[in-house]
Amino acid sequence: MLITVTLNGKKQQSDVEPDMLLIDFVRAHGCLSVKRGCETSNCGLCTVFLDDKPVLSCSVLAARADGKSVTTLEGLQEEASEFAEFVADQGAEQCGFCNPGFVMNVIAMLRENPDPSEEEIKEYLAGNLCRCSGYEGQLRGILNFLDMRRRRDQI
Amino acid sequence: MFSAANYIKVKSLEEAWQLNQKRSNKIIGGMLWMKMGKGRIQTAIDLSGLELDRIEETDEYFKIGCMATLRMIETHPELNRYTSGAVREAVKNIVGVQFRNLATVGGSIFGRYGFSDVLTVLMAADSSVELYKRGIIPLREFAEMKYDNDILVSVIVRKTPARFSYMSVRNSKTDFPVLTCAAARYENELILSVGARPSRAKAVSVPEELANKMMNEDTAAEIGRYAASQLSFGSNLRASGAYRRHLTEVLVKRACMKLAENGEEEKSCL
Repeated sequence: MLITVTLNGKKQQSDVEPDMLLIDFVRAHGCLSVKRGCETSNCGLCTVFLDDKPVLSCSVLAARADGKSVTTLEGLQEEASEFAEFVADQGAEQCGFCNPGFVMNVIAMLRENPDPSEEEIKEYLAGNLCRCSGYEGQLRGILNFLDMRRRRDQI
Repeated sequence: MFSAANYIKVKSLEEAWQLNQKRSNKIIGGMLWMKMGKGRIQTAIDLSGLELDRIEETDEYFKIGCMATLRMIETHPELNRYTSGAVREAVKNIVGVQFRNLATVGGSIFGRYGFSDVLTVLMAADSSVELYKRGIIPLREFAEMKYDNDILVSVIVRKTPARFSYMSVRNSKTDFPVLTCAAARYENELILSVGARPSRAKAVSVPEELANKMMNEDTAAEIGRYAASQLSFGSNLRASGAYRRHLTEVLVKRACMKLAENGEEEKSCL
């Protein structure tokens, strides 16, 4: 079946199988930041934006994205770079495999709530699993990033 | 993951209903639970083009379209104001935001899953389901019905004056619940809904003489014991039936105390 998806701002027309998952669609189109993790809709590694909302691409049919916009980390380089570089400088992560999904969901969170509390961060990111850091490093990284932004905005 | 030979984004409920009469065809809601299966679907029926992903509010009710997501009910200010935040409390631990942006209210309710937080909380409210062919049926009745090939169009939550509270226990955050419990205090009735027993949620109406007692720790504990005596409990990998029975007493007690707290807060706001 033929679908038209705006992938990272570029309209793409593709012939897909009825049961093709969105993760397979975006990876077939070169968006390799989108990782296959648990495949049980739990880990958040495959997070993409579907019409600007974070969703698990392992759990949506590509057919359902017909006529919609899909954004992966490849399409958010500018918005993501400041946070991703900051987190790297903080040494907040280890292997980095969960990083793209994590960064995507942090961006989604900051778009909804630019100044979240620690509790709000934990709640929003509960669907992003990390098996190296125990989350403490990531949480510290986000809090320090928000603190840096606050101080910069005051200047 | 299931496989599907065809995918049809239907243009009407009648088209969806006609397709859904064939056993090998399936309606896909959020498809999060469905994707865990390995079956073969002839035609995947998608309702996402029918504008059913809306929450409509009138003076009398909220009408939640079957394709509205769990995230939509979690963040709907008026629905949460009416339910004293119980709806948000019920869904906030369901995996993560990305999951809740996909999971639909229709899928959660039509599935009548034992583990469903959504079924538990909406069952305590004055809720009905709107089925395409059978019309409007109280949710508590629908929860007892066998699966059929009708289509759940919306869930209607009437704004009957009430206070709500919601509690659940999970072995770890974002996991399936070990037990879910919602309480609703209406003018003349106290309704408790307990799910994940591990069977699907069931509502219990507390006898008037007990419900109308002055709420304190002792009364709440008595209501907890009453609720546990009215329900059946089973064991699975997450917990034993005996543990669930005990949890019911504890959660119902806490839910009743929370109701009393919510009542006090309301009074102090007046």
